[in-house]
Amino acid sequence: MLEYIISKYNYWVYIFLMMLGLYGMIGKRNLVKKLIGMNIFQVAIILFYISIGSKVGGDIPILTAEDLHGMADPGKYLNPIPHVLMLTAIVVGIATTGVALAIIIMIYNRYKTLAEDEILEIRKETGV
Amino acid sequence: MRYEQCIVLIVTVPLITSFLVVLLGWFKRWLCYPLVLAALGVSFLCSLGILDLVMERGTIHYWQGGWEPPWGIEYVVDHLNAFMLVMLTFIGLMVAIYSKKSIEREIPEKLVPYYSIFLLMVTGLIGITVTGDLFNVFVFLEIASLTAYALIAVGEDGAPMAAFNYVIMGTVGACFYYLGIGYVYIVTGSLNMADLSQLLPALYHNKAVLVGFALFTVGIAVKMGLFPLHVWLPDAYTYAPSATSAVIAPLFTKVMAYLMVRIFFTLFKPHFSIDLIPITQILTWVAAGGIIAGSILAIAQTDLKRMLAYSSIANIGYIVLGIGLANRMGLTGGLLHILNHAFMKGTLFLVAGGIMYKMGMRDITQFRGLHKKMPFTMAAFTIAALSMIGIPPTGGFFSKFYLVLGAIDARQWAFIVVLLASSLLNAVYFFRVIENIYLEPPVTAYATDGGTHEEIKRDELPLSMLVPILIMAAGVVLLGIFNERIIAFIIRFAVPASF
Repeated sequence: MLEYIISKYNYWVYIFLMMLGLYGMIGKRNLVKKLIGMNIFQVAIILFYISIGSKVGGDIPILTAEDLHGMADPGKYLNPIPHVLMLTAIVVGIATTGVALAIIIMIYNRYKTLAEDEILEIRKETGV
Repeated sequence: MRYEQCIVLIVTVPLITSFLVVLLGWFKRWLCYPLVLAALGVSFLCSLGILDLVMERGTIHYWQGGWEPPWGIEYVVDHLNAFMLVMLTFIGLMVAIYSKKSIEREIPEKLVPYYSIFLLMVTGLIGITVTGDLFNVFVFLEIASLTAYALIAVGEDGAPMAAFNYVIMGTVGACFYYLGIGYVYIVTGSLNMADLSQLLPALYHNKAVLVGFALFTVGIAVKMGLFPLHVWLPDAYTYAPSATSAVIAPLFTKVMAYLMVRIFFTLFKPHFSIDLIPITQILTWVAAGGIIAGSILAIAQTDLKRMLAYSSIANIGYIVLGIGLANRMGLTGGLLHILNHAFMKGTLFLVAGGIMYKMGMRDITQFRGLHKKMPFTMAAFTIAALSMIGIPPTGGFFSKFYLVLGAIDARQWAFIVVLLASSLLNAVYFFRVIENIYLEPPVTAYATDGGTHEEIKRDELPLSMLVPILIMAAGVVLLGIFNERIIAFIIRFAVPASF
């Protein structure tokens, strides 16, 4: 059992981080903390992708002169595609964070607080 | 050769124009509006060309940069995305025409970025529809979502908070989606949809594939606002600027419904989604709950835009019910309802924006006597409302009709009851609005006592707002009249052959 857990530790780590992020988004009442939770959530998935692309003893996927003469052995190299995909996903994550931070600034200018409870109270009083 | 390039132009023209809008709008603000119209006009013409080509030749492929499918990114258009594309670009164009006055009134200082982001969002939605690569879908999905967050956030007082909740929920949805891609990728090593549909049948009992499928389903359900996961939707639609709600409400959730059909019946074969795991059965019950809950919540609202938002939740339920019934009639009804609902909800939100523009109010109890003030707009509202209820010859009747036929085919009598009951509930909340508009005595008649009954002067919307509303309302009726042709020439081919 222990070996089973250890042999797949990358998946346990990513699931733990994902749940941590999910808790941050649901459980925390501060908007910035929610945003941090969201970031942890995204990064957990990025870690998952990177871990599936790597292998023990793998090398950087760049063909050398010797590889070109014979057949290149795919077993020697890491899988580049998950890593490339994650470049895009990281950019998307940054963009999302940027948009969310801009919205948080708008919220702060309007309500002068970032605690969700206080915002809800202000909204209830003003009717919007 | 004729229209082959259209399939790329339909994405790149609005994409590049959205940057041009910022550059040129910096110097000349009036240039933004014609540029947006031109870009969406070109896209619309391209989509018509693509539809023509698809109807003639069947599925068309375009390999980006000449790389063959399993390695390169491929754009694929078959009957299903062809009609989605025409719908997307047409409604995008109509809302763009409409947006000029309402944006100038609501957010005058943010005109240039608004138009740029508006165009980028339509680009993202077109991209989701046209691409044949799973990860590419995610990228376009994020383009569309990020721009949608921004478009909503510039709205009224409550808008930033609504947009923030949408950011959190939307990101969770998108993350589940691309986690799903990861699980499918582990076992197949491919991202191309056509390639995957060949590789996956041998792996249907693999746990990773099952997990991937579950993650896809949940992710898309969050993004489309399916009933228990809809909490971001009402606030976002209510507080957004009127042009934004008029473009997001009809298009965004519909594109997600399209993606659901793609994943259930193209990426995975119908055999998997229907027989091996009972996902379609589960979805029908979820959808039925959404239909009833959405309709009842809509009755409880007095704010017109919020009412329309809850009615959207119910209508997403109809589409998912059509997908979940998983027979020819049901899916036909679901796909037809994507089209019909886009037109009717578009019209209704455009009218709601028009009332906001003229009167600055959304509370339906204050609509008294509006039929004298804005007769054409109210006529358009009535047509769309009748279509929502499902009264022939409007489009809404026919999609509900096919859904009922589908429920009969599937021997699911409970859903017929749900469909009919929800039509009655629709009638309750739409007739309440129509009654307020047409039958209740106008407020001014009470205010002026002593017999000086002031006549309400006719005060229509400006032409640039009125014309799109009327075209969309005409579209609702035309879709109803020509529903048989639409099904015979387009939707019939979009339904999987094994049904």
